[in-house]
Amino acid sequence: MKENQKGKVLEIAGGNSIENKFMSMGIYPGREITKLSHFALRGPVTIKTGRSVLALGHGMAAKIILEVE
Amino acid sequence: MIKRVFLIGNPNVGKSVVFSRLTGVQVISSNYPGTTVEITKGYLKLGDEKIEVIDLPGTYSLEPSSKAEEVAVNLLRESLPGESAVINIIDATNLERNLFLTLQLIEQGYPLIICLNMCDDTEHRGIHIDFKKLEELLGVAVIPTCAVTGVGVKFLLERLKEIKPLVENKLTHEGRWQRIGAIVDSAQKLTHRHHSFREMLEDATIRPLSGLFISIAVVYASFKMVRFIGEGLISRIFDPFFFNYYQPLVERVSSVLAPGSFLHHLVVGELINGKIDFKQSMGVLTTAPYIEFAMVLPYIIAFYFVLSILEDIGYLPRLAILLDNLLHRLGLHGFAIIPVLLGFGCNVPGILATRTLESKRERFIATTLISIGVPCVPLQAMIFGLLGSFSGFYVGGVYLVLFSIVIITGILLNYFIKGYSPELLLEIPPYRFPPIATLAQKLFFRIKGFIFEAVPIVLLGVALINLMLYFHLFDFVTGIFAPVIQGLFGLPKDAVVALVIGFLRKDVAVGMLIPLGLSAKQFFIAATLLAISFPCVATFVVIWKELGLKELLKATAIMIGASLIVGTLLNFGILH
Repeated sequence: MKENQKGKVLEIAGGNSIENKFMSMGIYPGREITKLSHFALRGPVTIKTGRSVLALGHGMAAKIILEVE
Repeated sequence: MIKRVFLIGNPNVGKSVVFSRLTGVQVISSNYPGTTVEITKGYLKLGDEKIEVIDLPGTYSLEPSSKAEEVAVNLLRESLPGESAVINIIDATNLERNLFLTLQLIEQGYPLIICLNMCDDTEHRGIHIDFKKLEELLGVAVIPTCAVTGVGVKFLLERLKEIKPLVENKLTHEGRWQRIGAIVDSAQKLTHRHHSFREMLEDATIRPLSGLFISIAVVYASFKMVRFIGEGLISRIFDPFFFNYYQPLVERVSSVLAPGSFLHHLVVGELINGKIDFKQSMGVLTTAPYIEFAMVLPYIIAFYFVLSILEDIGYLPRLAILLDNLLHRLGLHGFAIIPVLLGFGCNVPGILATRTLESKRERFIATTLISIGVPCVPLQAMIFGLLGSFSGFYVGGVYLVLFSIVIITGILLNYFIKGYSPELLLEIPPYRFPPIATLAQKLFFRIKGFIFEAVPIVLLGVALINLMLYFHLFDFVTGIFAPVIQGLFGLPKDAVVALVIGFLRKDVAVGMLIPLGLSAKQFFIAATLLAISFPCVATFVVIWKELGLKELLKATAIMIGASLIVGTLLNFGILH
């Protein structure tokens, strides 16, 4: 996924606790999110969901399965 | 009747600001998620009733995921029905996400009113909220406020009386988001706005290349500013005051007490070449106030001034993104930079702030690294003031050594401690520009804290040291540790006393090195050891309370081990 690209969340490929955490912060199946940037060497990824900007660790971001437009 | 009000809401929505407005109790608030890690209580008057107000750490949902969130949720759960009410604080600029917790609270049947905060920040972002409509849809009172300026807080109090629980069906998480979608669609209107300069800046700081350049500039400028303000205050205000006004006063005290007497030794200290020397005399009325007010306080003011600006604008979470990768190698994630930065002011709030980290493993690593390699302002101010007079090369050297120790210790801890550390998941707040008055208030609050906590300890400490020196009570300890200090670290045996005093206060400990007439290299080694070895007693107690005795002993063993290795290496290896 490239910078500034939008995508729809298909599923969260992680355990229950991470799913809940994402859910409460506004990342859930069906939600449209925008990727803002990523950092080299498996660094963090920043995304935008609704009006919030979130930073996620690389592994965490990899758990969000998206359908890219 | 309501006896207790809980303030609950997502992180970084201004709960602490509302709390200060309601109760008049000052608490630290900043623009990053997780400023509040402790529970603060205060009281407000509603008519003739006195109601307890409790400020809780922020949480995204009623299913906690860190120590700080857990504390909030548990306390809320234990509250008695009928006696307590909940004020749910919502960030009006991010209505949708905030409503998730709101719906959970309503479903749980908590008696609730909503404080729609930051209403002043919505218009120019193109957000229009129909709060009457919102009230109707949610079925609970919604009061728009701007807590930073105090607008609307009065109405919050008025509506507090009519608070009552609702009966609602529990929704699934997906169902909740669907309902939120419907609510937001009808109560909020967005108008399209062009990207403002602020938004461009917000964007540039989270992109790798521009973010890196900006962070280097910000860190460099902050450092320069702390030095500029600190030195300016010393040379223009504090030094002139001590030498022109205070010195004649203590000179009179000195002549009344007669040099050589016990009381003179205690209060004024030694005369250096027949005169009072504020840096060397070591008296309760000479060196003690000089160290605290003319050497440390100016840097406390400067440091917290710069830190408060960075905190309130909302830059720190952006620094967390940039450092995430590096901190991962140390078993932490980017957010750990915030406890570390707070630790540079004083290790105690730094270690408390590790409560925002998710796992016990992370908390142990962060706590150990802070107490081993992050020198507090009092220690740094003394290093600047004293080692700086030899050469800036040595001052830089101290930082370089400490930085290397943090990296090496972190990598080792990450390798040897079982378990894994969770990854970064952090909300990046928009930039905000708080009113100067808010900034000034916070700065004043922190300076007051320093004066009330540090100064009595320093005065008592210096008195105690003088008593012990007078009766030669240190000789025993000096005798035991002298071989290590002399043989391994190349320091004179009297430096033992200073290192022991480091347990009490680091700034006084550096002060005690002055009369020893150390060489630049010895001074460098002693200052570095003071930073690495044993934390001061306040930090010690906090680690004990936060992590327990076992972890405290582990951290202490690591610190003593590191001191032995580093002291010896510096003495024999690197510097010749």
